[in-house]
Amino acid sequence: MRHKRGLLLAAMLAVPGIGQAFELSEWSTVTEAASGQTVYWSAWGGDSRVNGYIDWVAEQVEARHDIELVHVKVGDIAETVSRILAEKSAGNAREGATDLLWINGENFAAMKERDLLYGPWAEQLPNFSLTAPEQNPEVREDFTLPVEGYEAPWGRAQLTFYHDSARVAEPPRSMPALLDWARENPGRFTYPKPPSFFGTSFLKQALLGLAETPEVLYEPVGNADFEAVTAPLWRYLDQLHPHLWREGEDFPAGGPKLRQLMGDGELSLAFTFTPSAPAASVLDHQLPPSTRSYYLDEGTLGNVHFVAVPFNAQHKAGALVVANFLMSPEAQAHKQDLSVWGDASVLEMSRLSAAQQQRFEPESRAAESLPPQSAGTLLREPHPSWVESLEAAWRQRYANP
Amino acid sequence: MKAALSYRLVIRALPWLTIGLLSLPVLSGLAGALAPAFGWLPALGGEQLSLAPWRELARAPGLGEMLRLSLVSGLGSAAISLAVVLLFLGSFLQSPVYRRLQGWLAPLLAVPHAAAAIGLAFLLAPSGWVMRILSPWLTSLDYPPDFAFPGDSRGLALILGLVIKEVPFLLLMSLAALVQCRADARMTVARSLGYPPLTAFLKTVMPGLYPLLRLPVYAVIAFATSNVEVAMILGPTTPSTLAVAVVGWLHDPDLTTRFMASAGALLQLLATLAALLGWWLMERLVVRLSRGWWQDGRRHCGERGWALVARWAMRLVLGLMLLALAGLALWSVAGYWPFPQSLPWPPTLANWQDAADGLLSPVAQSLAVALGATLLSLVLVLGSLEAETLRRRPLRPGAQLILYLPLLVPSVAFLFGLVMLQAQLGQQPGLLAVILGHAVFVLPYLFLSLAESYRRLDPRWAQQARSLGAGPWRVFMGVRLPMLLAPILTAAAVGFAVSIGQYLPTLLLGAGRVETVTTEAVSLASGGDRRLTAIHALLQLALPALGFVVALLLPRLLFRRRRGLLLSH
Repeated sequence: MRHKRGLLLAAMLAVPGIGQAFELSEWSTVTEAASGQTVYWSAWGGDSRVNGYIDWVAEQVEARHDIELVHVKVGDIAETVSRILAEKSAGNAREGATDLLWINGENFAAMKERDLLYGPWAEQLPNFSLTAPEQNPEVREDFTLPVEGYEAPWGRAQLTFYHDSARVAEPPRSMPALLDWARENPGRFTYPKPPSFFGTSFLKQALLGLAETPEVLYEPVGNADFEAVTAPLWRYLDQLHPHLWREGEDFPAGGPKLRQLMGDGELSLAFTFTPSAPAASVLDHQLPPSTRSYYLDEGTLGNVHFVAVPFNAQHKAGALVVANFLMSPEAQAHKQDLSVWGDASVLEMSRLSAAQQQRFEPESRAAESLPPQSAGTLLREPHPSWVESLEAAWRQRYANP
Repeated sequence: MKAALSYRLVIRALPWLTIGLLSLPVLSGLAGALAPAFGWLPALGGEQLSLAPWRELARAPGLGEMLRLSLVSGLGSAAISLAVVLLFLGSFLQSPVYRRLQGWLAPLLAVPHAAAAIGLAFLLAPSGWVMRILSPWLTSLDYPPDFAFPGDSRGLALILGLVIKEVPFLLLMSLAALVQCRADARMTVARSLGYPPLTAFLKTVMPGLYPLLRLPVYAVIAFATSNVEVAMILGPTTPSTLAVAVVGWLHDPDLTTRFMASAGALLQLLATLAALLGWWLMERLVVRLSRGWWQDGRRHCGERGWALVARWAMRLVLGLMLLALAGLALWSVAGYWPFPQSLPWPPTLANWQDAADGLLSPVAQSLAVALGATLLSLVLVLGSLEAETLRRRPLRPGAQLILYLPLLVPSVAFLFGLVMLQAQLGQQPGLLAVILGHAVFVLPYLFLSLAESYRRLDPRWAQQARSLGAGPWRVFMGVRLPMLLAPILTAAAVGFAVSIGQYLPTLLLGAGRVETVTTEAVSLASGGDRRLTAIHALLQLALPALGFVVALLLPRLLFRRRRGLLLSH
C-alpha cells in the first residue's frame, strides 16, 4: 500500500512536465515524456478478439514504457469524434479526454478537414520505415486522401466473401453472378444497412464492378455526373433486393450481425472486411466448420486502417509511443495470429529479419476456412466524398417504403 | 436547540437540492440542443441563427414513417400494458393469484430493457428457439425460414418487447396506488352490493386509482416513444424509429449532420409531448363516454371472458420474459449451436472462463456507480420526505411534475446538450459525472417507491419520542429510519436496478471511460457474438437481483430480536 502511494505521489509531482517536453525528431525525448502517462485509446469495442488484443498491447506498453493504456470501448468511433468536437467548441485545446483513435475513411476525412487532428507525426515514428511506403503507397493514402503524417497505419482489410460449403457448392464470383445466385437461392444473402461500414462498402464494391467508367470514382463526387455514374448500381439493386433476406425490406445493422445470421443458418452467403475473420469465427464456434472464403474474380475493395491523435490530446507523447509499438514486428505478428485476432500486417516482409518473418507464418487450425493465399486483385477505395452521396441516395431509394 | 436548528436547515435545504438535481440537467441539456437546432454551433462554423436544420430534417427520407412508428409503438404498447394490468387487477385483486404475482414483480422489474430485448429477439426470430423446438418434425425445415420478425416494419416486435417490460412496472406502481385509494374498502362495498370483481373494480376503484396512475402511465408513454436500446434490437430498420435515427445522426461522420440531429432531438421531444397530449384527450373522451355506464347500476360486463383474457395475457407476458431469459442462459453455455438443434450440445463453460477476466472491471464500476447514485438519491429523497413531515403536507403537483421530468423528457433530447455543457464547464468526464447523471434517473424511481410507506408511518411514533425528550435528529435516526428500514432498502434496490440498466448517460457522460456491464452488453450486442452478449446480459440481471436479495434479508438479520419492526408498516 505504502509503495503504491509513493508511486502516486511521484506521478503527481511529474504532472507539470507531462505532455510538453518532447521533440519529435529526437525519439528518446518522446519515450521519456511518455513514461508514466495514461493513454486513453478510443476504439470500437464490439469484438472480443480485438478487445483481447488491445488488452495485450496494454500489458506490453506498461512493461516496456511504463504507460498505462486504457481502452475506451465505443460502438462507433463517430461517438468519439462528437466528443472531440464538443471539446473544441468549448475551447478545450489542451486537456482532451481522448489521446488515440482507431480510424479511417470518412471519419478521418471529417476530422482532418475540421483541424481536429494533431500532426504531422506518423512518418517520424521509428517503425514507420518498416512499412516501406515507397513500395506500399496505400499506407500513405486513406480512401484516396493523402494521409500526410496525420495517422499511422495499423492494419489491412479486404472485402472477402464466405459461404457455407455444406449448402453452397459453387458460390458466385462476380456481381452479375451474385444476382443470378440470389434468384436461385432467395432469402439467403443480404448486406448490412448503409451507412454502416459494411453496407456502404458493399455499395462501393458493387459500383466499382458495375460502373462504366470506374476511374471517376477516385475523384471528388462533385466532378462527376452522379446520376449517370450510379445508374447501373440502382438498376442492379432494384433487381437484387426482392431476392434478398426478408425480401430486401429489412437489413441487418452491421457486419457482425451478418456473421450472426450466417451462424444461425438464416444466410448461406455473406462477406466480411477481415479476410481471416470467417476462419477465426469457426475457431470461436460462431460459424459452421464447413465455412469457406474467397475473393471475387473482378477484385475486391481493400483499405488500410490507422490510429490518429486528436489536436487536444492530453498525453500526446504516450499516444505516439503506443502508435509506434503497434507498428513493431512483434505487435503486428501477434495481431496477425489467427487465434488472437487475424488482422493482416502493414509491414513489408522484406524489411524484416528472417527470425521476425517467421513469426508471421500462419498456423494450421481452421486453415481450410481461410481465403486463398494469392490475394485477389485489390481495388482501391473511392474518394471519401462518394460515401455521403451514395448513402444519401440509398436512403432516398430504399429506406422509405 | 442547536441540534433542532441544524435539523431544520438541513431538512429545508434537501428538497431544493433535489429539485436542482432533477431540473437543472434536463433544462440545461434541452437548452444545449436548442442552439444547434437553429444553426448555432461555432465549432462547426454555425454562427448565425437559421431554420436550415429544420428544413434539412423535413427532407430526411422516411421522416413521416419514423414519427408514425414512434407514436404507434409508444401509444400502442402503453395502451396494451395498461389494459392487461387493469383487467388483471380487476379480475384478481382479492384473490391468491394476485398475492402470488406480487413476489415476481421486483425481480421482473430488475430485468434491464436491453437484456429482455436481446432474449426476446432470440426467442422469436426465424432461427430462434421457438422455431428450433418445432423443427424439423413439425415444420419440416432444415434451415430457418425467411420471415421478418423481429424487426417487422409495423413494429409489432417492438411493441411486444415494450409490453413485457411495462406491465411489471405499471403493476408495481399500482401496488402503492391501490392502497392509497383504499381499493380494498371500495371493492368490499361494491361486492356486498352484488357487483362481481371486474365490474366492481372498473366502476368503483378505477375513478380513484387512475389519477394516481396517471404520471406512471405518462412515464411509460414517454419511454416507449423515445427509447433507443429496445428499438435498436427489436424495431424495424427501414426506417427505424425517430429516436434511433436521431442517435444515428448524432454519430454521423459528416459533422454538419449535428445541426439536423439537434433539430431531430427536439422533434423527438415534440413527438413525445404530442403522444402525451393525444393520450390525455383519449382520457377525456373515455371519461365522457363511460359516465353513464358508471352509474347505470348494471352488475355485469362480460366478467368471465375478460378474466380469462387477463389471466392468459399475464401468463404470456411472464412466460415470454422467462423464456427469453432461459434462452440467454443457454447461449452463455453454448458452443457452435446450429439450427434446428433445440439445445446447445455439449454445453461448455469455456465462454464464462474466457469472459471472466474481462468481467471484473465492468462489474466493479457498475457497483461503484450504482451505489454512489443510489446513496446520493437516498439522502435527497429522505430529506424531501422528512421535509414533508415538517411542513405537514405532501408534494404540490408542480413539484410532483419536476420529479417526473427526467422520465417524461426523452433522454436523447437532453443528453447531447448535457455533454456540450459538461465540456463547457470544463468538468472531466468520468465516474463523478456518471454518478450524477445516473442520480437524475434513479431519484424519481426511488422517490416513487418510498413515498407511500414514508407518508403512511404513524406520526404518533415521532410525537411519542419527542415527548420523551428526543431531539429531531434522534427521532429521525432512532425511530423513523429503523421503522422504515425495509421499505427504504426495497426502494434503494429499485434505484440500484435503474442505475445498473442505464446506457446512454453512462456512455455520453463517461466519455466511454466508465465501462459498466450495460455498456459492455450493448457494445457486444453490436459485435454479434451471442455467447458473450448473453453472459453480460445475465450479469446485468444478476446485479440488481442481488440488490433485491440484500433488501429482503438485511432487515431480517438486523431485527432478528425485534420482529415487531418488520411488521410495523
